[in-house]
Amino acid sequence: MELDPLLLSRIQFGFVVSFHAIFPVFTIGLASYIAVLEGLFFKTRNPVWEKLARFWTQVFAVVFGMGVVTGIVMAFQFGTNWSNFSQASANFLGPVLSYEVVTAFFLEATFLGVLLFGRNKVPRGVHLFAAVMVAVGTFISSFWILSANSWMQTPAGVEFRDGAVFVTSWMEALFNPSFPYRFAHMVMASFLTGGFVVAGVSAWYLLRKREVEANRKALSMCLWMLLFFAPAQAWVGDLHGLNTLEYQPVKVSAMEGLWETDTNVPLLLFAIPDQANQTNHLEIGIPNLASFILTHDWAGQVPGMNEVAVEEQPPVGIVFWSFRIMVSIGLLMIAFALAGLVLRRGGRFAETPWFLKGLTYMSITPFIAVVAGWFVTEVGRYPWLVWGEMTLAEGLTPSLTGGMALFTLIGYVLVYALVFAAGVYYLMRIFQVGMEDTHTGDHIDEPHSAKRPWSGADVTLEAGGR
Amino acid sequence: MELIDLALIWALIIGFGIIMYVLMDGFDLGQGILFPFAPDEDARDVMMNSVAPVWDGNETWLILGGAGLLAAFPLVYSVFLPALYIGVFLMLTGLIFRGIAFEFRFKARTSKYLWNWAFAGGSILASFAQGVVVGNYIQGFAVENGVFVGGPFDWLTPFTVLTGLGLLAGYALLGSTWLIMKSEGYIQDWAYKITLPLLGAVLAVFVIISIWTPFVNPAVWDRWFSNIQIIWVLPAMTAFFAWVLFRSVQKRQDGMPFVATMGIFVFTFLGLVASKWPYVVPPDYTIYDASSAWESQLFLLLGLLFVIPIVLAYTAWTYWVFRGKVKAGVGYH
Ligand code: HDD
Ligand code: HEM
Ligand code: HEM
Repeated sequence: MELDPLLLSRIQFGFVVSFHAIFPVFTIGLASYIAVLEGLFFKTRNPVWEKLARFWTQVFAVVFGMGVVTGIVMAFQFGTNWSNFSQASANFLGPVLSYEVVTAFFLEATFLGVLLFGRNKVPRGVHLFAAVMVAVGTFISSFWILSANSWMQTPAGVEFRDGAVFVTSWMEALFNPSFPYRFAHMVMASFLTGGFVVAGVSAWYLLRKREVEANRKALSMCLWMLLFFAPAQAWVGDLHGLNTLEYQPVKVSAMEGLWETDTNVPLLLFAIPDQANQTNHLEIGIPNLASFILTHDWAGQVPGMNEVAVEEQPPVGIVFWSFRIMVSIGLLMIAFALAGLVLRRGGRFAETPWFLKGLTYMSITPFIAVVAGWFVTEVGRYPWLVWGEMTLAEGLTPSLTGGMALFTLIGYVLVYALVFAAGVYYLMRIFQVGMEDTHTGDHIDEPHSAKRPWSGADVTLEAGGR
Repeated sequence: MELIDLALIWALIIGFGIIMYVLMDGFDLGQGILFPFAPDEDARDVMMNSVAPVWDGNETWLILGGAGLLAAFPLVYSVFLPALYIGVFLMLTGLIFRGIAFEFRFKARTSKYLWNWAFAGGSILASFAQGVVVGNYIQGFAVENGVFVGGPFDWLTPFTVLTGLGLLAGYALLGSTWLIMKSEGYIQDWAYKITLPLLGAVLAVFVIISIWTPFVNPAVWDRWFSNIQIIWVLPAMTAFFAWVLFRSVQKRQDGMPFVATMGIFVFTFLGLVASKWPYVVPPDYTIYDASSAWESQLFLLLGLLFVIPIVLAYTAWTYWVFRGKVKAGVGYH
């Protein structure tokens, strides 16, 4: 069988970047949360805030570590598998990615050291400052990388000459048409991820009546935040979709599962898209709703897949279903945020078992929604790498053979499986041990009573090793 | 329009970035290389603690190297990475294992030995792969029309294996001299003890590489034995720092061995660059052929001039925060 380096590279890139993405979305949200907790502790000196800050910093360290090691892989993937694309787009992507390194990565990495190891080495104000800098770094990082990605979706501010990109306006290229929507949507996704994980873990503790005071405070904070961000995310998502309709209409056709341009288009709740026959099976939909959402007119006209040649159509099934998964989770999040508001009367939000249990399960949904969202965005871009300008096939490394690509694909899958298993296992241990021991949140302490400090109250990797 | 020789400025900046990376990540990769040979678990704890707060920042210089090449010399980026495809994968795997070992080793108890291996194995693999890159740079690449056309294993030759081993020894030397500076007692004694044999190994590899290189690449021979005698200053300085290192270890001066080792690295690096200048994708492409658009180089340069000093300042500040000896038994948990 002939191995196709293009297909294997796509699978590999999709895999490593999706795997990377789940860590940043969590750390971006969590970094801000930790900065807020440190700030509250700094102002009020209430030890509850410090307890929470130490606990979540410990979680943060593990997730951030996984974000860093998987991110380093990303920095080289462009060159190893997409060298023609790197070469062609370097005039724009090179400076953008370099700016990300010097304005964000150094900031995060350096102040992370102080945040994790410096609690006893620097004044409290400086420690707070380090926490804030780490959080700021994560946003700066998102800014640059999402600008790069958005530019690939909706290129602007450049001209294509002799097979390469030349920047004519940095402002237009950086703030390209889809960038504001993607940045807002992604930042909110990060807050929702941080919020639902913290809420879920706090709920889990409350169900077990552990550290009730601290976890109640944490849950209450999260619920207020989610009440704002969950609906706002749906609103921004809608604007994002309208923007996509303008610049990448065929992607919207795929999201809606619409084969022929039409008016009075229904919103499909269920369908099995059939690319070969250019049709759907088993459609269930709400009449006219898609037309209304996309054109704000019940009879509005929506473009279908037939607007482009069959070879230029993205795989509809993946886009269609990923989109539904994301939106359903978004709606579920809104439902939980509203339920939290209703249960506030009499403080029942911290006591109602079904609600707490539900929140515990909700803590994995943001990760699913984020990966699904990226699948919509990226698979929906097929066959383009740079929309309308360069296809995936043109961007591929010419010397890459199927065998090489397969080797590294298998390698990354194995390595990441190991990293992921160890990381999840260790996070579970942190959650089980909990925040009862105030010392567990810090990385380096002066020698306290025990001669070998980790033989004391600290979390160990093996179950029962405490 | 090309008023300033931006390509030259960028070559200096990238060179600076590479040397920063090699010196900084070198000493923490060195801890991993020396890990299996450490006297005991306490010593390993000290070794790891001595670099735990800074390794992530150190490794960021590598990412800057990658992104900076893409921005300023995209041809280098888009030839080196495909040419070294499998080697890059191995390096990244090494960096992954070693990176997570920092977080997990201290949480582990019965499985601690596994993370010891992850840290050591990862560091050794990554260091070796980086040395192989150096060998490939000396050797040159099969490139046509700006595209790599060689095979998947062109990067692996006896010569590149030797440069791989050489860098391994070099990083171990940076690691042992760093440890001399950061530790005390029996751990420091051990670090002193291994430093001179490591220096011997590094010098031996240098000599073999110097003799071998002309056979791998005749242009380098011309460079060294034709007109410009001034470049012999560079190996002379390397030898001088080797001597300083030797003396300071004998006199047991805490900080000097590390400084001297950095000197060895800097002048070896300059010697390497002098052998090839101005070629960046040997044998055919110079820094001017490999450059990105002038506007792009300028756009990034303006920002860097402003940001890099700030980065250097807060990097220096963290080293200051974590200054001093690392004591055995002070926990990282
Ligand atoms: C919206 C957020 C986001 C997205 C879409 C990406 N990243 Fe990322 N990345 C981050 C947000 C982030 C972060 C929050 O800044 C991380 C997560 C953990 C960390 O250390 O920083 C990070 C880490 C990180 C690192 C390690 C930095 C370090 O050593 O501190 C690299 C090299 C990259 N990323 C590169 C990439 C590339 C090439 C991507 C695109 C394909 C990418 N990231 C997508
Ligand atoms: C971090 C979140 C991201 C996720 C989860 C993600 C996911 C994916 C997936 C699933 C694909 C495969 C699509 C297909 O082959 O049909 C893909 C392709 C691609 N993405 Fe992204 N992406 C993300 C961010 C980015 C960013 C920020 C960039 C660029 C700066 C980028 C560049 C690319 C490129 C070059 C491809 C083409 C290769 C391919 O099709 O596999 N991605 N991505
Ligand atoms: C509830 C209603 C939501 C709507 C209407 C919506 C809408 C959209 C649309 C239209 C896109 C594709 C943009 C493109 O054309 O490329 C998208 C992408 C994405 N969505 Fe959503 N979304 C919703 C909820 C969520 C939630 C809850 C999350 C995660 C917590 C999320 C995370 C993402 C991510 C990460 C992407 C890819 C990045 C991007 O292109 O912005 N979305 N969303």
